[in-house]
Parts: sequence; C-alpha cells; structure tokens
Amino acid sequence: MSDLPNSFQDDPHEHRHHHHDHPHDPEPPGLPDDSLVLERALRELLIEKGVFGADELRAAVEAMEARGEALGARIVARAWTDPAFEALLLNSPMEAISAFGLTMGVNELHVVENTNSVHNIVVCTLCSCYPRTILGIPPAWYKSRAYRARTVREPRAVLAEFGLLLPDTMEVRVHDSTADLRYLVLPRRPEGTDGWSEEALALLVSRDSLIGVAEARRPSAVGGP
Amino acid sequence: MSRFAVGDRVRVRDHVHTGHRRTPLYIRRRTGEVVRVAGCFLNPEQLAYGSTGLPGVTLYRLRFAQRAVWGDSYAGADADTIDIEVYEHWLEPAAEAVT
Repeated sequence: MSDLPNSFQDDPHEHRHHHHDHPHDPEPPGLPDDSLVLERALRELLIEKGVFGADELRAAVEAMEARGEALGARIVARAWTDPAFEALLLNSPMEAISAFGLTMGVNELHVVENTNSVHNIVVCTLCSCYPRTILGIPPAWYKSRAYRARTVREPRAVLAEFGLLLPDTMEVRVHDSTADLRYLVLPRRPEGTDGWSEEALALLVSRDSLIGVAEARRPSAVGGP
Repeated sequence: MSRFAVGDRVRVRDHVHTGHRRTPLYIRRRTGEVVRVAGCFLNPEQLAYGSTGLPGVTLYRLRFAQRAVWGDSYAGADADTIDIEVYEHWLEPAAEAVT
C-alpha cells in the first residue's frame, strides 16, 4: 500500500536538497512513538470502563476509512456543470454540502477555487486538520512534518515535487487551516470535457486535486466518457 | 461585535502565551489583510483545558504576501500569498504596531 502520489512511485528522483525531507515521507522510522502507547492505554481504559464498545470503535474507524475521494469528486463535478451550485458551494459551502446529506459538525467547510490566475494548496502546520467528513483519513504525507513545514515556506518547491509546475504569473495561495475551518480545493475543469456527464467528470477529480497538490486529471488519463 | 472588518490591515501580536495556542510562530509580527470575518468560535485556548471556551472569540481569515512573511529568501512569485485564520485577541491594527 502506498500513499505516494503517482508521479513519485516510479521516479528515482534526484535529491538536490539533501537537507530537505520529501513532502510525501511519513515520519522517519526508529523514533519512539509515545502517542501510540498513549492511544492504546486510553482506548483500552475507555472500553474497560464501558464508555464505548470495541465493536463501536471498529465500526467508527471503518466508516472513516470508507470515505475517499468519491464524495468530493461528485461535489466538484456538480460545481463544474451547475453554475448556481458552484456559486452556492463558494459562498455557502455548508448549505451546498447538505444537499449531499453531509454535515460537518463543529468545523466549517470553506471551498477555495482554482482559477487561471490562482492555485490553492491546503496544509495544517499545527497538526493535520483536514476535511475528514468529506475526504476521510488524510494521506500519510499530508501529516508528515516535511509537508507541514515546507508547504507554507516553499509551496512551489513542494508542488514541483508532486509534479506540478506553475508559472510565476500565477499566484500560489497557501491555506493553513489553523483553527475551526476546513478547506477543500475546487480544481479547474480540464479542457476537452465539454458535454461530459457529472459521472464522467467525477472520475477526473482526484483526492490530491482536492488538497491542491495536483490538478484534476486530464481526459486522456481516463480514456474519455 | 467584531473589532476588524474585511479590508483592514492587521498585525499579528507576538505576546508571550503559555499553554495551548493556535497562532503559529511564523506569522507573528507579520502584517496582513482581513479577507473574511469567519464568525465567533469557542476559544480553543480555554477549551484545551476543559473550560467552556466562553466568551467566544471572533476568528478572522487573513491574507499575507509570502514576501512579507518570509522576506527576500522566499523563493516564489511576488504574487504568492498565504491565508491563515487568527483569533481576534492575537491581532492589533497595523497602524498601531510598534516595529
């Protein structure tokens, strides 16, 4: 199982900056992880005291892991085909996602739109805040210290390592989700998709394009509708 | 009532604060612009210690030029920006700021 973006899986890329961790690396091996010990102790104690059952916990984790990019992709595909929905998504995102039967709980969703002049990328420098209600569990690289530190400091270098090069005429806008808001990127609709159905368009929307480390897939990548 | 409005220039304070805080170090003493008044939220600095988090605090989305945050060593376009949310008690009007 790999959480690496596709552009890295086959590429023995050169390490020009030896002192930099790659944004997709999880934590280095060998470090003691007190948090795992703490989690296990807390979990066993809560189950022992009957606060919740082991099966309830298993089902909750299963539900979280079952979420992937499909729901986010459907939301984007609708925004691409329905201008009124797109406007609602950008101005009243909580109301827009309720149409998909979603509620965000205490966190509010904010959708940021990629345009021909602005590219958005999302990070949480403090921890790993992520729109889990929509996208499920974040990939390991999103939670890595390398991604969290470098994205605010050198976003274009990080994007280049994910295979996305953007001209200096475009603005790269980083969103550090430090507080109560969660972010979803609305990627640009790829060219050559006129007349496509929502279902076909949804196949072009990758999880990575919703985080902002990639653009949506091109029609050639999925073989057309 | 919120102290700041969209378009206001504000500076992130650098006051010493023990305990939980959600204002990262890299944005301290930087000046940016309010792009959105995000609303009133329970104070996470109090919630972290079991308090109710009341009175709530107003949260602002601020936009900073990356060049203003990192200086000349920022290796990107001059137009690049960073958006970050900061609670009201961490902000002061840019005009009042003492460098």
